[in-house]
Amino acid sequence: MSHKTPEQGTGEIAEYEVPETSVPENDVATFSELVGHTHAAAKLDPTAEPVLTVENLRMYFPVRSTGLVRRKIGDVQAVDGISFQVPTGGSLGLVGESGCGKSTTGRLITRLYKPTGGSMEFAGVDLAKLSNRELKPHRRNVQMIFQDPYTSLNPRQTVGGIVGAPLAVHNILPKNQIKARVQELLEVVGLSPEHYNRYPNEFSGGQRQRIGIARALTLNPKLLVADEPVSALDVSIQAQVINLLQDIQQEFGVAFLFIAHDLAVVRHFCPEVAVMYLGKIVEIGDRESIYSHAHHPYTQALLSAVPDIKQAVTGERRERIRLTGDVPSPIDPPSGCRFRTRCPIAQEICARHEPPLLQIGKRHKVACHFPGRLGEHPREPFTARLLGVDREGQPDPGSSPATDLVEQPGYAETWFDLDAKTIGRA
Amino acid sequence: MTAAEPMTTPAPTGGSVEDEPLLVIEDLTVRFPTEDGVVSAVTDLSYSVDLGKTLGIVGESGSGKSVSSMAVLGLHDARTARISGSIRLRGAEIVGMSEAKLRKLRGNEVAMIFQDALAALHPFYRVGNQLAEAYQEHHPDASKRDARRKAIEMLDRVGIPRPDRRVDDFPHQFSGGMRQRAMIAMGLINDPSLLIADEPTTALDVTVQAQILDLLQDLQREFNSAVIIITHDLGVIAEMADDVLVMYSGRAVEYGPCKDILVHPEMPYTWGLLSSVPDVTSDPDARMIPIPGNPPSLLAPPTGCPFHPRCAHRDKVPGDLCRTALPELLPGGRGGHHVKRCHLTNPDAIYEAEVLPEIAPDLAEER
Repeated sequence: MSHKTPEQGTGEIAEYEVPETSVPENDVATFSELVGHTHAAAKLDPTAEPVLTVENLRMYFPVRSTGLVRRKIGDVQAVDGISFQVPTGGSLGLVGESGCGKSTTGRLITRLYKPTGGSMEFAGVDLAKLSNRELKPHRRNVQMIFQDPYTSLNPRQTVGGIVGAPLAVHNILPKNQIKARVQELLEVVGLSPEHYNRYPNEFSGGQRQRIGIARALTLNPKLLVADEPVSALDVSIQAQVINLLQDIQQEFGVAFLFIAHDLAVVRHFCPEVAVMYLGKIVEIGDRESIYSHAHHPYTQALLSAVPDIKQAVTGERRERIRLTGDVPSPIDPPSGCRFRTRCPIAQEICARHEPPLLQIGKRHKVACHFPGRLGEHPREPFTARLLGVDREGQPDPGSSPATDLVEQPGYAETWFDLDAKTIGRA
Repeated sequence: MTAAEPMTTPAPTGGSVEDEPLLVIEDLTVRFPTEDGVVSAVTDLSYSVDLGKTLGIVGESGSGKSVSSMAVLGLHDARTARISGSIRLRGAEIVGMSEAKLRKLRGNEVAMIFQDALAALHPFYRVGNQLAEAYQEHHPDASKRDARRKAIEMLDRVGIPRPDRRVDDFPHQFSGGMRQRAMIAMGLINDPSLLIADEPTTALDVTVQAQILDLLQDLQREFNSAVIIITHDLGVIAEMADDVLVMYSGRAVEYGPCKDILVHPEMPYTWGLLSSVPDVTSDPDARMIPIPGNPPSLLAPPTGCPFHPRCAHRDKVPGDLCRTALPELLPGGRGGHHVKRCHLTNPDAIYEAEVLPEIAPDLAEER
C-alpha cells in the first residue's frame, strides 16, 4: 500500500488497517545486525561550545495559607541557584531523588515556568527574561520529551495531528506539505508512515514514546529536554528508545538535557552529569569524575544504592552507605549544607555555612566542606580558609575569605587539586 | 519469635508431605475469557519456594508474573478466571479452596506487598487502624489495645521514627518510602510464612529502594519466611534472590539458581533483558542492545517458541523449529536445577562469544 494516496474526497472515510498491536514484523535482524544498530556510551567533546548556559537559576513556588486571604507564608525553593552548561550536540545528565528539582529545571529551560531569578542564555538570548510573546520564535529551538507517553499525547488527536501541530503553530510549512514532513519524521523515529491516521491508543508504550520524540523533533530543535524519557517503559523497550535518542543525536546534532533518576542509563547516555539535591547542584563533572571519583558523600551514597547485577558474578555483597530518613522539605531547607541532615560525615561547619561549588578537577566540581573519595574524606574542612572561618565554622579574624567563590556555569582553567594539594592547571 | 505454627494458623489440611517446600506450584494455568477471546495469562507454570528462601520473578508487563502470584492468594474471581493446575501451601491446595478458608489464609499465612503503597492503603483510615485491623482479623481474641500495641511495634520494627505518634497518621502524611514500610509492616504483622512482594520498590528512589531491600532481607532473616519478589530490575534480583524465574508470554522460559541465571544465562530473552539495561560499573564501551519488537499478545500467542518473533538468535537454530515447535523446559548445558526453554544447542558458547563482548567487554576478557 502506497502512503502517497491522496486524501480521497472529503476524507470522511478514513481507512484503517488492522493495527499490528504487539505482533512485530516477522523478520528480526540477526544478533550482529542488532548490535550494529546500537551505540556505545556517548563520548565527551571537550571543545564544543555551550548551546545553553544557565547561571544562578532559581525557581521559588509561593506557599499560601488556607482561608479567604491566601497570604504567602513561604516558598518551595524547588531550584535554588544552579549553574551549568550544555555543550552543542552533547548531553548533560541531571540526576537526583524525587523532589530535588531536576524536573523543575527541565521545565524552566523549556520555559513552561518563568524563573524567579537567574539567566538561561541560549544562542545569545536570555530565555529567562523574555515575555511569552517574545519567546515564541525561540521555543522551536528547545523542545521537550515527557516521561509518561500515556498522558502526554492527546487521545483525541491522530498521530499526524500531534506530530504536525508544531509545524502549523509556528507557520513553518504550508498545510499541504505538513503530511509529507510528518511521515518523514515517523520514519526517523522508527514508526511506519501509515501510522499517520491512527490514534495514540492503538500504540504500545514504546511506540507512543516514539511519537512523543517525533513531535519534539518536528521543529528541528537545537536542544531537547528529556524528562525521564524511558522510566515508564518496559526494560526491553528502554534500550530501544535510548538507542533511538542516540541515533537522533548523532544524525541531527541535537543537544540533550537528560533528566533521569536511573544512574546507569544516565551514565550510558551522558558524558557529563550533574547531581542535584534539594534544589542545588552538589556535584557536577564528566562521567569518569562522577562515577569513578565521586567526591560528594551524596553522590557516593546514590551510587552505592544502585542494585548491581555484577554482585551475582562475584557473589559478594557490596557495602552500602545507608542514608537514613527522607529528603527534607524544600519549604524549610536545613541551614548551611542542605545534605547535612542525612550526611554520614557532617560536622559543625556544615550547619553554619553552605559549601561553595568548588572546581577540583579539569571537569569536576563539588559542593562539600569535606570533599574526598569514598573513605578518604579529609578531617579538616577544606573550605574553612576560603570562607574565612575556623574549623567549626565560627568567623576567624585571622583569615580573609576568598571573594571569587561565585558559582560559574562552565569550568575554569585552574582548580584545586585535592590529591596534590596544589592549584591544578589545564 | 519465629513463625513456627502460631496458634491461630489454620491447621494445614492433613497429608502435608514432610520434605515438600513451603509453596509448590505445578502446571498452573490461568485463563481469562474476554469478549475478544481467551487471554492465556499464565500457562503451565511450575515452581517452588522453601522457607527462608527468596524467589525472584522477572518479566515484562503482561508476562504473567503478577497474575501467577495473585493466584497464590486466591485473588482471582472464580467467575471470570479459569484456573487449572495445583498451588500447594504447606500441602494445602489453594486452587478451588473455599472463600472462607482463603480468608483465613490471606494476610496470615500469605501476605502481599503491592507496588503502589498509596493506592493499597485506604486513604480514609489511619495507618495504625489499618494495621490493627489486619491483626485482629486473624487474632479474634486480641483486644483493641493489644492490636494497637502490635501495630506500633511493627511500625517500629520497619523503621518508622516515633511510631507511637505516626500510628495515628493518615497514609498521605507518610512519605513514599514510609508508606512502603507501613505496607511491609501490615504484611508481616501476622508472621506470614510466605510474603509476595510485587514490584515493592519500583516507584521509589534508589536510596529509599536500598533501605527497603535491606529491610526486607533483615525481616526475612528474622521471621524465616519465604519471599517471592516480582520485579523487572535484574539488579534487585541479584541482591535479593536465591532462585530466579524468568517469565515470557505467561510461561517460564528460564528457571534456576540466581547466580547461574545471571552469570550463565541460556535463553535469548534473558540475554535480551541483561543487555538492555546498562550497569553503573560497567565498561563505558558496553552497548545497550534492545530486544526488538514488542511483547506478544496473550490473546493469540505466537506459534512455537513465544519469543521467536523477537529473537535475534533464531538463525542459529536449524529449520523452522522455533516457529513450529514449543521448546520444552529442559536442563541446559550446565545441568542441575537450571532449566530453560530454548532450541539453541550451545547457548553458553553463543553467550560468551557473541553477547558478552558487546554488553560487558571487561567481563568477556576476564574469562
